[in-house]
Amino acid sequence: MELISPQRRTNNFWAFEFAPLASGVTERPAAEPPYRTIGSKLCVLGRKSFDGLLGHSHSGTRYRLQEASGEGRGGEYDHWRQHLGEDVFSDNGVSRPTNSLNPMKTIMAFERRWAAREVMGTQESQRETDSRRAGRIAGHESHPFECRARGDSGDEKLCGCLVRSLRSPASLPSNAAPPPRPGRRRPQRPQRRRREVRGAVRGKADSCWRLPASRRSIKMPAVSKGDGMRGLAVFISDIRNCKSKEAEIKRINKELANIRSKFKGDKALDGYSKKKYVCKLLFIFLLGHDIDFGHMEAVNLLSSNKYTEKQIGYLFISVLVNSNSELIRLINNAIKNDLASRNPTFMCLALHCIANVGSREMAEAFAGEIPRILVAGDTMDSVKQSAALCLLRLYKTSPDLVLMGEWTSRVVHLLNDQHMGVVTAAISLITCLSQKNPDEFKTCVSLAVSRLSRIVSSASTDLQDYTYYFVPAPWLSCKLLRLLQCYPPPEDGAVKGRLVECLETILNKAQEPPKSKKVQHSNAKNAILFEAISLIIHYDSEPNLLVRACNQLGQFLQHRETNLRYLALESMCTLASSEFSHEAVKTHIETVINALKTERDVSVRQRAADLLYAMCDRSNAKQIVAEMLSYLETADYSIREEMVLKVAILAEKYAVDYSWYVDTILNLIRIAGDYVSEEVWYRVIQIVINRDDVQGYAAKTVFEALQAPACHENMVKVGGYILGEFGNLIAGDPRSSPLVQFNLLHSKFHLCSVPTRALLLSAYIKFINLFPETKATIQEVLRCDSQIRNSDVELQQRAVEYLKLSSIASTDVLATVLEEMPPFPERESSILAKLKKKKGPGAVSVSDLDEGKRDGGGELNGAGERGPESSVVATSNTSTPSPSADLLGLRSAPPVGSAAQGAGSLLVDVFSEAGPLAPASGVNDDGFLSSEDSAPPLPESDELLNKFVCKNNGVLFENQLLQIGIKSEYRQNLGRMYLFYGNKTSVQFVNFTSTLNVQTKPVDPLVEGGAQLQQVLNIECLSDFSDAPLLNIRFRYGGALQNLTLKLPLTINKFFQPTEMGSQDFFQRWKQLSLPQQEAQKIFKANHSMDKEVLKAKLLGLGMALLENVDPNPENFVCAGVVQTKAQQVGCLLRLEPNIQAQMYRLTLRSSKDTVSKRLCDLLAEQF
Amino acid sequence: MRFMLLFSRQGKLRLQKWYTAAAERDRKKMVRELMQVVLARKPKMCSFLEWRDLKIVYKRYASLYFCCAVEEQDNELVTLEVIHRFVELLDKYFGSVCELDIIFNFEKAYFILDEFLMGGEIQDTSKKSVLKAIEQADLLQEVAMIQSVVLSLGQ
Repeated sequence: MELISPQRRTNNFWAFEFAPLASGVTERPAAEPPYRTIGSKLCVLGRKSFDGLLGHSHSGTRYRLQEASGEGRGGEYDHWRQHLGEDVFSDNGVSRPTNSLNPMKTIMAFERRWAAREVMGTQESQRETDSRRAGRIAGHESHPFECRARGDSGDEKLCGCLVRSLRSPASLPSNAAPPPRPGRRRPQRPQRRRREVRGAVRGKADSCWRLPASRRSIKMPAVSKGDGMRGLAVFISDIRNCKSKEAEIKRINKELANIRSKFKGDKALDGYSKKKYVCKLLFIFLLGHDIDFGHMEAVNLLSSNKYTEKQIGYLFISVLVNSNSELIRLINNAIKNDLASRNPTFMCLALHCIANVGSREMAEAFAGEIPRILVAGDTMDSVKQSAALCLLRLYKTSPDLVLMGEWTSRVVHLLNDQHMGVVTAAISLITCLSQKNPDEFKTCVSLAVSRLSRIVSSASTDLQDYTYYFVPAPWLSCKLLRLLQCYPPPEDGAVKGRLVECLETILNKAQEPPKSKKVQHSNAKNAILFEAISLIIHYDSEPNLLVRACNQLGQFLQHRETNLRYLALESMCTLASSEFSHEAVKTHIETVINALKTERDVSVRQRAADLLYAMCDRSNAKQIVAEMLSYLETADYSIREEMVLKVAILAEKYAVDYSWYVDTILNLIRIAGDYVSEEVWYRVIQIVINRDDVQGYAAKTVFEALQAPACHENMVKVGGYILGEFGNLIAGDPRSSPLVQFNLLHSKFHLCSVPTRALLLSAYIKFINLFPETKATIQEVLRCDSQIRNSDVELQQRAVEYLKLSSIASTDVLATVLEEMPPFPERESSILAKLKKKKGPGAVSVSDLDEGKRDGGGELNGAGERGPESSVVATSNTSTPSPSADLLGLRSAPPVGSAAQGAGSLLVDVFSEAGPLAPASGVNDDGFLSSEDSAPPLPESDELLNKFVCKNNGVLFENQLLQIGIKSEYRQNLGRMYLFYGNKTSVQFVNFTSTLNVQTKPVDPLVEGGAQLQQVLNIECLSDFSDAPLLNIRFRYGGALQNLTLKLPLTINKFFQPTEMGSQDFFQRWKQLSLPQQEAQKIFKANHSMDKEVLKAKLLGLGMALLENVDPNPENFVCAGVVQTKAQQVGCLLRLEPNIQAQMYRLTLRSSKDTVSKRLCDLLAEQF
Repeated sequence: MRFMLLFSRQGKLRLQKWYTAAAERDRKKMVRELMQVVLARKPKMCSFLEWRDLKIVYKRYASLYFCCAVEEQDNELVTLEVIHRFVELLDKYFGSVCELDIIFNFEKAYFILDEFLMGGEIQDTSKKSVLKAIEQADLLQEVAMIQSVVLSLGQ
């Protein structure tokens, strides 16, 4: 690059670049030469006095730039430096009209162009030269734009920015761009032509960018639109010129240092500079860099009385909110002043700022003020609009601070406002408020209906500027329809009639020929239509409208607009659940299946799959499941998992014969094994175990499936489990003899991951039990080094234990330990729960998934691995000091010795590291852990507990927010309790914890609105106890912390083992337990019905055996049972003598342990 | 509406407007993720997609993607037209708008957006009234500008 003397200038090429030195430029000493070279670019700074610009005589210094390549392309450019502010100002002074009527306006308009555009224009030219040269090298004049349209991005490397894509110089005459003419509004108009060229190539895709000439000609006022912050424009173009990320960062750091020093400098900055620097900071922030200063200056700008400065100040605050409370106070002050100013422009700015920041501090400061502004009679319309939306934002962030008051009724009447803009803004607020307080805003329904009817029936010209592409007020119509969806159908017949009429009109309009071919027209029209259909679906009471809506959507299913197909599928999904339109939706099944197969867009296919799922019922389940399965083979990875869940659910839900179900699931695993989550295969096993009619078929099918040379690991899991349980059902066939089965399974062993291998080992030990003939082979396998010395502890332990078990245990023991799985309790399919979670707010999807898996896993694995380990785990927990010792240390009396030695205690959750509960004697409330801040047990908790003495399932607790359900099962000294926490609200509970005063696994901290959370407790009774564990539940609902403590309905009688005995035995034992402390007796008044059957049911629920014909008095009841604890077994005998005349009972309990007698007696006295 | 993003085909963010509070880090992550998703889509695909728990409505104008995130129950088509109306406003204000206008006059673009949408809801759908507000601001600005020039001339 060289500087060529001004005399040798050639034609008018005006390559001119501000090289990255803008901040330096401003401080350049006057003595330096007015140019500088940076890299390959030359930066020239003209010298020009401001006087010259106003038409005084001047002598601009001319420089000519020429590229070092010597291509002959050079250019001349006149540059002035202008000291307005302190920015570099450049212009072509030659052609400036000096007799402009308003020189200032010209200057400013001009400045703006130049500050922003000139820099770019020159870049373009530069690039244009480059690309043209490139074209020439390639041997043809390539059209840069066509290049782009063909998707050739050869030009993008030039700077990675978009100058060319929008301002590509394609249509420029080859001998360069004309020099700018200040007299014209836009010096560089050629780009408009370019855009048209491009439009021709691209077609309709971006038609907006070629607005019709009529609209283009609308004149903006000749004010300057930029306010001449040339320093900013220079800085931006510098950044855009940076060739690398590093250069950009360097440039930014330099600028930051400069700004910092300016802000810190002694010289007070004037408003303009402050504004400029704040703007630069904002730009840097928007580039993605952190900004940690400048807030103070921005706040200073807020209090400026110059509009532009204020505006930039507010913008900065809105974009870069800082939680700095000191600052917020200052900002609030400025806002307060502006709100009080009664200047509508300032008020709007302040309201915008509140809405943009929307922080709690602001809500505290202004939540009272804004409603006043909103309903005040003298507020300007524009301020009203801003106030309505500002209030909405505050209400969304801090609903508790926005208090309803007399303003509410006046807000509703804004629906009648004459100004459509006010209605549009207000309706958003009203919709949000009515969702939360439907009753207070009930009156809005009739107002909304009449407004809607006025809009719907108006001609497209009636609403003037609120008509959008011939559609009258589409936004407002949609909002009105949305508002109506907050309410049930209007009760008033006239209102309802009018509304139905509106909806019919909207449906009719959809059939009319379009008034315009523009996509905007059809979009706006259909937006209203879809919203109307949503309302029809919401009401779900007008079969006629529902069917019409369905037919309309059916038409859209085959529309050529992808967007409409997408929306039609989505909307039909909700229609499918209405009883009136379900059948109508079903008629479109072929179209939907076709969409699933042929749509090119995955999101549309996803909707089609959703719709198929929604329209599925018993009549078409087989077809739909088959289609979905075949689609799965080619489905996109992103939706496979969900598809798998859906297929699994449909298969289960509509299974008529379970062999079809088993086939489907095995197919599913075969086709999309990787996407089959744990829940799916757990579920198939649960179902096979629970239905004995399908077990043989399942065993046969998995056996066949496993014979495939490559089968998915999930298939091996299912196969291992099912053959382990039901392999005997197919062992009769020599093709699937026990040894063949075993060899088949074992051939997959080495390809599998550790958990699957562990499962297979369990299957092997079951084989030993099922088929003694395989014992030797399997023992051989277990004994080999790769098993018994496996580096994985789990595998090694299983191998060792199973080997030992198989060699020392008698066949009886083996048969007991490895007995067939008992049926699983019927409950909501874990797959369905998972799908629900998946579909719910996805914010916590990962943890949700874990939770889901753990639930399912606990259930199956716990059961699958029954046998040696579970008892091992339990024992180790009870006998070793647990890691929860710190928690235990909270207790008043430290635990002495081991709980196993007759201490009254319960071990809850044998699989977690729960510690033993209470010290040996005197299990009382002090003995329990109590976390300091948990609430005391509810007063009714004893009563709630008593409800569960004689039953195992039911609702433990319920209030407005929460319902806690319990399901429990007990066997001997073990129990499992399912706690279901149901969120009865529509808002999610956060920070949900439920802790027992013994340790449990944490539960999922979020409970979505309407959702249910499940917690499983595994319980082992170590010794007898009298106080129930305390269950503390804490969560946040809205803002408020909820804290409640209940007694877990776990009583000693749950561990009863009924004992049948004859009369003689009974009395013999009764007599044996004759020590005074062994007996507990109570005489009490009947609280409940004394009906014999009721009493019987209660006693049976108690868990003891009810002995008939023992007591000589047939009115009396006697029972016998043994309380099973880990430490000991306590035999119990009971006698209940009702006295119907006196409405009294006498209850006597005798047991070998005084505490047990007493506790049982206390418990039971409350039951009758 | 939760937020609005304008970004270029090359994945450069040109304008971002958030209507709900979120940590800066999360925002950046969301922007990055979303840009990837949207840029990967082909031209004929539909303008809506489900992303996290949001619905994304986007449209491409020349090299610029306009992308809005709305709630599950919001109307997609109307959102699409919100985008179009915003583009029209920009177009009318800048006179045949292009990406460069938005880059160099980013503050103006924000002001226009603020006049049109507030807190994620439409403030006024009339083109005239939105532009009138902006013009008034510009007039105020001009007055201030002339004052400052006169002042500097006087010095």
